[in-house]
Amino acid sequence: MTDAASSAHAVVVGASLAGLRGAEALRRAGFAGRLTIVGAEPHPPYDRPPLSKHVLTGEVPAEATRLPGLLALDAEWRLGCAASGLDRASRTLRLADGTELSYDRLLVATGTRARPWPNPHEGRLGGVHTIRDRDDAASLRAALAARPRRVLIIGGGFIGCEVASACRSLDLPVTLVEPSPTPLARVLGTHLGSVVGALHESRGVDLRSGAEVEWLEDDGAGRVARAHLAGGGSVEADIVVVALGAVRNTDWLAGSGLSADPGGLDCDKRGYALDEAGRPDTRIAAAGDVARFPHPLYDGRRVALEHWGHAVEQAEHAGRLLAGHEAAAPYAALPTFWSTQGGINIKSVGLTQGADGLAIVQGSPAEGRFLALYGREGRCIAAVSVDCARWLPAYAAMIEARAPFPPIRQGTDQPGHLPVLPPGFPEKPRR
Amino acid sequence: MPETTPEPAPGPTASALRVSVDLNRCQAYAQCCYAAPRHFRIEGREALYYDPAPSAADRDAIEQARIACPVQAIHVEDPERSAP
Ligand SMILES: Cc1cc2nc3c(=O)[nH]c(=O)nc-3n(C[C@H](O)[C@H](O)[C@H](O)COP(=O)(O)OP(=O)(O)OC[C@H]3O[C@@H](n4cnc5c(N)ncnc54)[C@H](O)[C@@H]3O)c2cc1C
Ligand code: SF4
Repeated sequence: MTDAASSAHAVVVGASLAGLRGAEALRRAGFAGRLTIVGAEPHPPYDRPPLSKHVLTGEVPAEATRLPGLLALDAEWRLGCAASGLDRASRTLRLADGTELSYDRLLVATGTRARPWPNPHEGRLGGVHTIRDRDDAASLRAALAARPRRVLIIGGGFIGCEVASACRSLDLPVTLVEPSPTPLARVLGTHLGSVVGALHESRGVDLRSGAEVEWLEDDGAGRVARAHLAGGGSVEADIVVVALGAVRNTDWLAGSGLSADPGGLDCDKRGYALDEAGRPDTRIAAAGDVARFPHPLYDGRRVALEHWGHAVEQAEHAGRLLAGHEAAAPYAALPTFWSTQGGINIKSVGLTQGADGLAIVQGSPAEGRFLALYGREGRCIAAVSVDCARWLPAYAAMIEARAPFPPIRQGTDQPGHLPVLPPGFPEKPRR
Repeated sequence: MPETTPEPAPGPTASALRVSVDLNRCQAYAQCCYAAPRHFRIEGREALYYDPAPSAADRDAIEQARIACPVQAIHVEDPERSAP
């Protein structure tokens, strides 16, 4: 399919990180045809990680997060206009404004949206926020700047923890409610989760692990007043941040015959979208948070990642693919992630899911800087560093090589294997 | 449909530079912080904070920071210099 033919039309749906980097990769790979980028939001591509960090503390204005373009794209932008449907037989995309676009190549990069509070009426109360988009962050920043009496955060994942951290930096009273025994339990396990939980408590976060918000009560005037916890008790709060994870934006693909659901759009190992019968559509690729793909490093298990670095790398892969350069090997980038909260830097490589053991291989939690290696069935599968990032590349190499776990203790006076601890993943995944 | 580029970012001046740092790559070596201390700093032990929209007047310092980074984690777009 090396028709760098200038008559071909490539369309990118989703004008964020993966969409922008994918479009750039198409051009860099020599695609010389027409290029159109369709984005539901009115804004040109911007960066999300600052939204739950320095945007909330007011150090970075929400509109300052615009992403740098890395080359001149020569593209048509259709911003503020969502794709609403896809007809693969006629290769047409329907847009929300009623117009249509035909395509020869299509990159799906529609990402995710925040999972809403399950009760829509309560979710619409004044003072109840989610955070995914630039506008969400600007509105939450304005609410925090007005110095609420207490902020309640529902959900102790990365975003919930980062928002709690920002609130404490602003010296605002904050309660964090998380059903698992510790924050971050689903991703890091309770062993590391308890270290992070203790850090947030030491900074003044009122941490309610093992608790669940049952319903939100209004003040009689349409604003939230308090949250009622399962099993009794309530928390007074004038701002509530719902941080319950993300849902993939695949609704617009309904009826297209592609294999997609709220967990993602399925791709084959090359990166092409799969139809409901499992056949690849070689005109369509997906990248970023929306894509669900078999990861070679994890025995081909289908994963959908929510990582900045993955959005960039998979978009570059997909852009080359759609330009006609099919890679010799499947996309297999090692997942990488970072989060800053409470003044610490958490970085991870690999996927912790399914780990059956953990070893502290550098530093110690007591010192506040350490590196934990996760293993499964005798192999290294992931590493998480807390203020210990310089060691991470060495462990990334071990994970890529599926090195034996636990590793042999090196260069110390106590030879042998390091002690293996239970990572402590909760029995059933959080809602 | 006319050929358009996205509208310039409001808020920070339209000519502001656009910076992003690949924080997976960043090893907190802090060279960028010496080159452009007003726009890059290390928080805590190793969390890099950077200004994503420095003023165009600071382009020389930002460019020095970009070049100084030993792992090439810093990306910069200069709307006044990038080809349309
Ligand atoms: C608050 C926050 C903090 C984060 N912090 C970190 C961090 O510290 N480290 C890290 O590694 N990752 C972090 N992430 C994750 C990272 O930002 C994402 O992995 C990345 O944004 C994924 O990029 P994407 O382009 O795939 O999807 P998205 O960024 O979700 O972009 C998808 C775009 O598609 C648009 N769209 C959706 N449906 C349609 C449609 N039908 N038609 C047209 N357009 C559509 C959306 O409006 C959106 O602009 C964070 C995310 C958030 C929200
Ligand atoms: S110079 Fe590069 S590696 Fe060092 S702190 Fe700056 S961005 Fe990070």
